[in-house]
Amino acid sequence: MPAVSKGDGMRGLAVFISDIRNCKSKEAEIKRINKELANIRSKFKGDKALDGYSKKKYVCKLLFIFLLGHDIDFGHMEAVNLLSSNRYTEKQIGYLFISVLVNSNSELIRLINNAIKNDLASRNPTFMGLALHCIANVGSREMAEAFAGEIPKILVAGDTMDSVKQSAALCLLRLYRTSPDLVPMGDWTSRVVHLLNDQHLGVVTAATSLITTLAQKNPEEFKTSVSLAVSRLSRIVTSASTDLQDYTYYFVPAPWLSVKLLRLLQCYPPPEDPAVRGRLTECLETILNKAQEPPKSKKVQHSNAKNAVLFEAISLIIHHDSEPNLLVRACNQLGQFLQHRETNLRYLALESMCTLASSEFSHEAVKTHIETVINALKTERDVSVRQRAVDLLYAMCDRSNAQQIVAEMLNYLETADYSIREEIVLKVAILAEKYAVDYTWYVDTILNLIRIAGDYVSEEVWYRVIQIVINRDDVQGYAAKTVFEALQAPACHENLVKVGGYILGEFGNLIAGDPRSSPLIQFNLLHSKFHLCSVPTRALLLSTYIKFVNLFPEIKTTIQDVLRSDSQLKNADVELQQRAVEYLRLSTIASTDILATVLEEMPPFPERESSILAKLKKKKGPSTVTDLEETKKERSADMNGGAEPAPVNASTVSTPSPSADLLGLGTGPPTNAASPPASSGSLLVDVFSEPASAVTQLAPGSQENFASPDLASSELVSEEPAETARGADELTHKFVCKNNGVLFENQLLQIGLKSEFRQNLGRMFIFYGNKTSTQFLTFTPTLICSDDLQSNLNLQTKPVDPTVDGGAQVQQVVNIECISDFTEAPVLNIQFRYGGTFQNVSVKLPITLNKFFQPTEMASQDFFQRWKQLSNPQQEVQNIFKAKHPMDPEITKAKIIGFGSALLEEVDPNPANFVGAGIIHTRTAQIGCLLRLEPNLQAQMYRLTLRTSKETVSQRLCDLLSEQF
Amino acid sequence: MMQFMLLFSRQGKLRLQKWYVPLSDKEKKKITRELVQTVLARKPKMCSFLEWRDLKIVYKRYASLYFCCAIEDQDNELITLEIIHRYVELLDKYFGSVCELDIIFNFEKAYFILDEFLLGGEVQETSKKNVLKAIEQADLLQEPRHEYFNVPVY
Repeated sequence: MPAVSKGDGMRGLAVFISDIRNCKSKEAEIKRINKELANIRSKFKGDKALDGYSKKKYVCKLLFIFLLGHDIDFGHMEAVNLLSSNRYTEKQIGYLFISVLVNSNSELIRLINNAIKNDLASRNPTFMGLALHCIANVGSREMAEAFAGEIPKILVAGDTMDSVKQSAALCLLRLYRTSPDLVPMGDWTSRVVHLLNDQHLGVVTAATSLITTLAQKNPEEFKTSVSLAVSRLSRIVTSASTDLQDYTYYFVPAPWLSVKLLRLLQCYPPPEDPAVRGRLTECLETILNKAQEPPKSKKVQHSNAKNAVLFEAISLIIHHDSEPNLLVRACNQLGQFLQHRETNLRYLALESMCTLASSEFSHEAVKTHIETVINALKTERDVSVRQRAVDLLYAMCDRSNAQQIVAEMLNYLETADYSIREEIVLKVAILAEKYAVDYTWYVDTILNLIRIAGDYVSEEVWYRVIQIVINRDDVQGYAAKTVFEALQAPACHENLVKVGGYILGEFGNLIAGDPRSSPLIQFNLLHSKFHLCSVPTRALLLSTYIKFVNLFPEIKTTIQDVLRSDSQLKNADVELQQRAVEYLRLSTIASTDILATVLEEMPPFPERESSILAKLKKKKGPSTVTDLEETKKERSADMNGGAEPAPVNASTVSTPSPSADLLGLGTGPPTNAASPPASSGSLLVDVFSEPASAVTQLAPGSQENFASPDLASSELVSEEPAETARGADELTHKFVCKNNGVLFENQLLQIGLKSEFRQNLGRMFIFYGNKTSTQFLTFTPTLICSDDLQSNLNLQTKPVDPTVDGGAQVQQVVNIECISDFTEAPVLNIQFRYGGTFQNVSVKLPITLNKFFQPTEMASQDFFQRWKQLSNPQQEVQNIFKAKHPMDPEITKAKIIGFGSALLEEVDPNPANFVGAGIIHTRTAQIGCLLRLEPNLQAQMYRLTLRTSKETVSQRLCDLLSEQF
Repeated sequence: MMQFMLLFSRQGKLRLQKWYVPLSDKEKKKITRELVQTVLARKPKMCSFLEWRDLKIVYKRYASLYFCCAIEDQDNELITLEIIHRYVELLDKYFGSVCELDIIFNFEKAYFILDEFLLGGEVQETSKKNVLKAIEQADLLQEPRHEYFNVPVY
């Protein structure tokens, strides 16, 4: 090592770092930093020109200060100057500063790009390396614009040094990830594929990463990489442990490269060419065989590297899902790891086995490990490992072992960590429902859940048990008896009171014949819990009482006495008071016949996918759960299908229904997608794609709680007539005033949307439906935002499962945050393979600025006062345009409400005009908006005026709304 | 692809941060705070992997320093553990039995070595010899010290 290697003479920097380390308090540190900042500032501003060394040292100090967590707002220019220095270390520090503290200041970016351009052209490999590292580290769109064309040339040029090729490959990869549209495919792609044959393993390693990402998006163009990757892999796995010299890591030949090659192969189905396929199978067998050989070293690095390759090979085997022999071997190997002394291996084995459980070839093999997994659940000391065990039990569950698995999970729940309780509750509830042969078992299980972990039993779970009991008349008597017994416990969870109240209110008569559970005893039992419960539960119990009046006329007077008591009639809570008053009145004046009609037993709930499953999907991300459900669909008859008169068709079963989630998002009333007034329902079907008035079967007076399971089930996934691709803008316009509907449809694929927005946040569910009977492979939806848009709109989502079965639907959730106002729409790009062909679909995602509207009601006087305040010419945008649709005032009103603003009545002196107000919520600001729409019926024209505190917002809203009429 | 790598001490002091995805400073600080807390709370025998948001965290402790990487769902945990180890070996070889202080006082070198090893969140060069050769070459390009002898400290 050269003597200069450490602390290359920047003594000032070392002294400064020591000073900081010696600071006794945060205050002292800040003081020292401020002193240093002042010093550096004065040096940079001083008359005396600084030499390169000083500049380097000060820039380095600034960098250190920044890395300590302080803001740095100067020094960028000096760092840029360093880039053009001929001294390597000065250039290097300059680049480091730029890489860490990128600034989107366009002036500076131009200078930086210039310096990079010079270094790339310098033909000095070290300088080129630095420049490429910088591009890869910053990876901004501006850099992609400047260099995306140049770097492929460097990458494939014959005379480029190996190390530069490596940097160029990964640099290009970074640019492709940030701005795929700017990286042109071309002749270079085939030459890149041939880098897999390069002599230099470092070059192959870097190139494989690039090829993998490119192949995911352009599978056809990179198809030839499969055979090259297989032969490269084959050479590696069969090489002796010393053949690859420095690329052998603790006796494992090129583990990183092997893992990457196996990853690349997972972009494709099994090779079609039998020779290639045979060679790959040999490779995979060799890797599995090696796992059985005695280790060549006791070091953990050896076993980690070896097992890293092994796990990646197993992933490939699972991905191909076509060689039963390999799948079973993989499963056996993982089975060994389940009992390994290394926690890491146990964790990974549990994780990998989860995916194996969903393959039909290995499902049975996975099931043989049930005892080990249950044991892991009981004995593992690390909660993250136990979590994996729960996941695996859930994945391996089927009709044959459901009772055992559910019992074990319930057992574990008693001591489970709080962090994972809710998830286990959901899983138990789903498994119990799905594999119930005997409904008494189902009811017992759910009541047990409530007993053991009542606090973690979400509404979805107890709504669901009620839906099922109401739909299955063979279980109603048992359910009534069981809840009655459970309620005897001196302390029972409030959720049990809810379930008990509901079920006895419906089916208490079924057990009333037994003197131990006579009507009066039932009533007294419930009422003994009443005062310990929260308001919503009490409200529910009041509804139970009125139902009792109908079921058991003999205790009518007792119930009326309770309703009449001051604590009810004069209750401080309006809801309780109202229920007491109304129920009392109803019981007094209504005849028996009327009571019997009004309080009739609830009709069966329409069948739909379990709302609990939707909840679990929300918790776990859609892909994992969907995957499991899809594969299990055939194996299990859905219990709800059984007794129902209406047959449940396959598409309904696989349609994930997000309605429960969406309802859950807004705790307050949904303001944005305000429900239309009933009178104009028929008109509004066009504007809001929701079924206008879903008929809910409500027991009279039963609002919140009784209504809840009902509401959840009557909410339908909006189905709209098929819609073929239209102009992108037209599509966006279609969604400006509504949140749900079909975004895109062709012969293969349907994309549906459901979204909800609140203030500056939103959530969009995207449903991808495979309309064919063939699987989609490498299904990859990508959200593309320009840099501009990215800084204003934050979108977060998880990748979906790359395989979409025929007829199935997968769901993707996009979380949306509006940071600042924006104009463009993000683009949703979907790529997948269908049959042998590659499909590519791009649609604009209708996320528009008005989605972040909150309506504001205001009086006429306020409106005009604010209108005047916004009289600055930049604040107003006006548009006069011809009506494109019939000028119906009711539709216009609905559209303005759908747009998100409040519709202010009696504000404008001319009643034909429409006036609206609202606030656009962004993270950085709230922008008040006023709008006025003046129709001119004779001329069939409109004049639309927008006034907001921000010019760009006025303009954008005016543009969006003008398209609607 | 690796999304970021953090090096922090047992006291929770951040010693090195490398981000391979664009995030705001605020977001970076939030992530750092959250992860440092999570990882420090874990017991020694626990497994080196954990789920965090939609990422997988792989971490390992070397003496007083924690090395912590965030990788994506499809990525391989064990090979990431060895990425950490190889980086430690590189630092060790370069500094000669590396300790936390070396990284504090020569943070820029730690970044340079990392850039030779990982680029854009992917492994660039796994050969220890090749990485160190690149760094040594750069060191040789360094100006001899005497040029700076008369330069004031501040």
